[in-house]
Amino acid sequence: MRRNQVAVVGAAETTELGVIPTMSQIQLHADAALNAIADAGLKLSDIDGFATAVETPQQMCHYLGITPTWVDGTSVGGCSFMLHVRHAAAAIEAGLCKTVLITHAESGKSMIGKQPRSIPADSLQGQFEAPFGVYGPPSMFPIPVLRYMKTYGITHEQLAMVAVVQREWAARNPRAMMKDPITVDDVLNSRMIAYPFRLLQCCLVTDGGGALILTSADRAKDFPRKPVYILGTGESVETPMVSQMETFTSSRAFKVAGPLAFKEAGITHADVDHLMIYDAFAHLPLFGLGDLGFMPHEETGPFIAAGHTRPGGKLPLNTNGGGLSYMHSGMYGMYALQESVRQMRGIAPAQVPGAKISVCHGVGGMFAASGTIIFTNER
Amino acid sequence: MAEPMRARPKPTPETQHFWDGTKAGELRLQRCDSCAHVYFPPRPFCPSCASRKVSIFKASGKGTLYSYVINHRPAAPGFTPPYAIAVVALEEGPRMMSNITGCPQTPVALELDMPLEVTFEPLDAQITLPLFRPAKG
Ligand SMILES: [Zn+2]
Repeated sequence: MRRNQVAVVGAAETTELGVIPTMSQIQLHADAALNAIADAGLKLSDIDGFATAVETPQQMCHYLGITPTWVDGTSVGGCSFMLHVRHAAAAIEAGLCKTVLITHAESGKSMIGKQPRSIPADSLQGQFEAPFGVYGPPSMFPIPVLRYMKTYGITHEQLAMVAVVQREWAARNPRAMMKDPITVDDVLNSRMIAYPFRLLQCCLVTDGGGALILTSADRAKDFPRKPVYILGTGESVETPMVSQMETFTSSRAFKVAGPLAFKEAGITHADVDHLMIYDAFAHLPLFGLGDLGFMPHEETGPFIAAGHTRPGGKLPLNTNGGGLSYMHSGMYGMYALQESVRQMRGIAPAQVPGAKISVCHGVGGMFAASGTIIFTNER
Repeated sequence: MAEPMRARPKPTPETQHFWDGTKAGELRLQRCDSCAHVYFPPRPFCPSCASRKVSIFKASGKGTLYSYVINHRPAAPGFTPPYAIAVVALEEGPRMMSNITGCPQTPVALELDMPLEVTFEPLDAQITLPLFRPAKG
């Protein structure tokens, strides 16, 4: 894909985040969509391309009253929205549509109008993982961690620092769910969930949503907000079974998606001013820093423990507080994208001064899928 | 160990041989006749070279502990926490998820790379699960 041909011209989250017992899941989608439409100064009738995950495009287009000429229902977990951005950019460039709306919402906490996730007994996961006691992401996502720690010499304290640093970012963000400072001891003394991970190393469970509007860069200059350009993109999938990953010391999906995006963007790691790495659990920023090529995996834990990703550090990471402290409705990728867009617009609560390039990296399932979007505010 | 509430696998035509194997006290894997790749989970073709000429064979049942979590909460139905959910690296190459029996479910007892051997745990009249225990000697 060519650089900077497509831009984000509308971006918004649901009016509220957290616990929203007054809205069903599809209404949360609509709330985010209407906010994004208003942000872009558009009407819903201007939308001719639509993408969403979990809920179907037909469900949401009917509910919103949209008749699209291009749809994408890619649903590969929490990074689905990174893939939607990539696909939408290609579709806009190919002339399949002009103005794309991407929505996410999840009634993850209140569970209103939300289908429970289930694993069929005759699926491969149902036969070869479920009988051994996996029960929700906390019992599955951290399974690679002990191997990663042993291979690279990563410590429990370093993995605790991920949560500590992200709480420092969250403290600067009025919309973050958890803002009180925490220490490494707090993390290591919080309730055990799935050894080696404790409560403060696991994501929040909340309600909320977000929406993005994309159009061609040529049209973007006529919109009210400062355009945020798509500089590079990447995507891949590996396996729905965490036990069947090629290795536990790296994510193949990360290693494909991340470098693709960097190559397409034509940038080096030193060019990155701002970084989002989807943090459903505390090990994900380490996998991301390593697999995206910022540093060898051995250095990821020490890098975070040394404070390089905290406010004022040389590589600001997860500046909204992340899935650990900002919010996590179940598919957090949309919120990472929203924070990258805010940073590129220069309006983030914890703004990185002068940031020009933002890398936003998502995971879907338990390392099942990955998408990377690189944004810039300069064309 | 095997409690009635534990998630019960439902075999498909492609996986029936595996579950017939565990019921007969054998851990069955597949090997490609064309490129010799050994793979899991079961399928009637080689995921490495796409050949449909593959053979089922009885694995040694030996492996090592690749990684694990000790799950505290929420516990899956049929499990009493804390319990380890482990991934075993089989001697023949593939890895599989399982549980570790005959040993405390603690970080001290569960050492990465410790040798393990398969043991078979009937779940009901049709399904037997492959579990692993610390290897003897
Ligand atoms: Zn083969």
